[in-house]
Amino acid sequence: MITLKEVKPGQTVLVDNVKVTGQAKLRFMAMGVIKGAQIKVKKVAPLGDPIEVQVKSYNLSFRRSEAEQIVVVPISAPM
Amino acid sequence: MSVITVALAGNPNTGKSTIFNALTGARQHIGNWPGVTVEKKVGKVSKGGRQINIIDLPGTYSLNEYSLEEKIVNDYLLKEKPDLVINIVDASNIERNLYLTLQLLEKNVPTVVNLNMMDEAKIKGYEVNIETLGEYLGVPVISTVATSKKGISQLTDLLDAASEENSTGTGSRLWAEYLEELARLKKSHKDGDPEGEEIIEARYHYINKMLDKALVKDEEKVTFSERLDEIITNRVLGIPIFLGIMYLMFQLTFAWVGQPVSDWLDGFVNGPLAETADGALAAAGVAEWLHSLVIDGIIGGVGSVIVFVPLIFTLFLLISILDGTGYMARVAFIMDQAMRRIGLSGKAFLPMLIGFGCSVPAVMGCRALDSEKDRRIAIMIAPFMSCGARLPVYALFAAIFFPGSESVVTLSLYLLGIFIAIIMALVFKNTLFKGAAEPFLMEMPPYRIPTLQTVLLQTWEKGKGFLVRAGTIIFSMSVIIWLLSSYNFSGAAEINESLLAAIGGIIAPIFALHGFGSWETGVAVLTGILAKEAVVSTLGVVYGVAELAEEAVEAATQLQASIGAVFTGLSAYAFLVFTLLYTPCMAVIGTFKKELGSWKWTLFSALYPFVLAWLISLLVYRGGLLLGLG
Repeated sequence: MITLKEVKPGQTVLVDNVKVTGQAKLRFMAMGVIKGAQIKVKKVAPLGDPIEVQVKSYNLSFRRSEAEQIVVVPISAPM
Repeated sequence: MSVITVALAGNPNTGKSTIFNALTGARQHIGNWPGVTVEKKVGKVSKGGRQINIIDLPGTYSLNEYSLEEKIVNDYLLKEKPDLVINIVDASNIERNLYLTLQLLEKNVPTVVNLNMMDEAKIKGYEVNIETLGEYLGVPVISTVATSKKGISQLTDLLDAASEENSTGTGSRLWAEYLEELARLKKSHKDGDPEGEEIIEARYHYINKMLDKALVKDEEKVTFSERLDEIITNRVLGIPIFLGIMYLMFQLTFAWVGQPVSDWLDGFVNGPLAETADGALAAAGVAEWLHSLVIDGIIGGVGSVIVFVPLIFTLFLLISILDGTGYMARVAFIMDQAMRRIGLSGKAFLPMLIGFGCSVPAVMGCRALDSEKDRRIAIMIAPFMSCGARLPVYALFAAIFFPGSESVVTLSLYLLGIFIAIIMALVFKNTLFKGAAEPFLMEMPPYRIPTLQTVLLQTWEKGKGFLVRAGTIIFSMSVIIWLLSSYNFSGAAEINESLLAAIGGIIAPIFALHGFGSWETGVAVLTGILAKEAVVSTLGVVYGVAELAEEAVEAATQLQASIGAVFTGLSAYAFLVFTLLYTPCMAVIGTFKKELGSWKWTLFSALYPFVLAWLISLLVYRGGLLLGLG
């Protein structure tokens, strides 16, 4: 088990558990970051944070502090 | 005449505004939703003896009331009960867009789903089966490419057919099954949150089921937008490109286009216009006071604000273009890390940068921030970015007291402004606007070419807001200041015997400890609220220099003796610190009222800088004396 924060750009993972708390969790989920969703980490901002990921075939950006609370499973098959 | 209400609902970045503009043209009214600063756009269309009111609801990703915008949409649907909702869906991003669609349909308001951006979906390799989608949703589905007006006629037909007796459509077996499943889930959560995680998952589950049948995806292609983004937000190139774009924007506004036109307008207002009015009034033989009111009060006062108009229009044109292309999201992405240190998000960067040109568009630009708290903080610190109008004041004093090190003095003031802004942002964040930070969660829309109509309408709307303020608040303030500066209790008077001078004398003791407690500086501080550059011209008037030179160095020679006698180098610097930080000019105060939405906050935002400026310039002066700098 790793968190999304540790995933390198270019890698694709499956969401296992969104551990963001409170209302923020529901916001992430409504944006498609839910258990079973495929997420591809696209890039890290020039200053090191936030990150940009592809989910549900669109691009979403959030900070590492939240990425750290999203538990993911790496998948070998490229997207 | 019967009135039908049609509401447009959809995610941000779906071309909703483009569709709204295509349906209503310029016949739209833009205001705010009651009590908040979220834009409310209403367009009126007459068709076959009926009036159709089209409401452009704020773009939202869901209806869960996570944000002000979502609350507005929810309340609207619940209370106003529109006759028809057109749900705009970005077909190239259909999966997430359908989430809002499901929530809308669950509310059981008459809805039509409009798949927009079909061209982009095609490029992405998406083929959507509209009939199948309609079966799953149980409502009519149509498709459009709003940017090239494809399918817009279907929408207008829809408006023709819209009536007060609309049903939710025919419904379908699949949709009914989904609703049952949802009801079952909600029941099993009697005590829990009705918008809980299971419900969200159930919605996405249904969307997946639906798209399995209704969407054929080609091999995912790397789009042009993705490739472009590889360069634009590149780890190495991202920041240089960003700086380049900001530089271009600044130059276009303040050097190449906006400012020159503003200067020309200034010349026209104070030259031919004032002269013509002067001649006309003299010919009409009006009373002296009326003559002076029109020329010095109205033309002079409103004129000093009107000259900002070209600048503001240029800036908003550029911002609308950047916004429409999707680059704004990249600015926030690139600058977020830096802005977070002061407790704001990356979206606050641009307004602050604009503040170095003019605080008015800076305050207006704070609308880009998502949370109301961040928006207020940003609005309240933006005027500390030293605007262009404060520069002449620095230039004059630096030329008199610090010849040879003008740029160091000026730079120190700019840096002090930034420093104070950061401190105040942190103070507000931990006092007035305390509370858990909202997570930074931002869609990175694909790069797009905005339509000319959308860009121009947006520019016009923002610029018009400023014009209206110039005509109301600023107009009345100009007249008041004119009255005060031309009269005293026994009648017409020169400025140094006017009420304004008297008031200057009354407030002068406030600055007794600062080393600049003369009535002359008191008056300059007051007129500086009219317009910051007026500090210089006022000093010229009260010290009896008839024609103050444009050039700081020449003006400095003219005022050398009088100002040099009143100020020391240290008290001059303390005065500059005060000028940098105190109450912003009334064009900004007028903008505060519009953007903060209440007099209470407007007054606070106008007054706390005065107190702060007083304290800090006192600190500078007294500290300087202690260090033996006086």
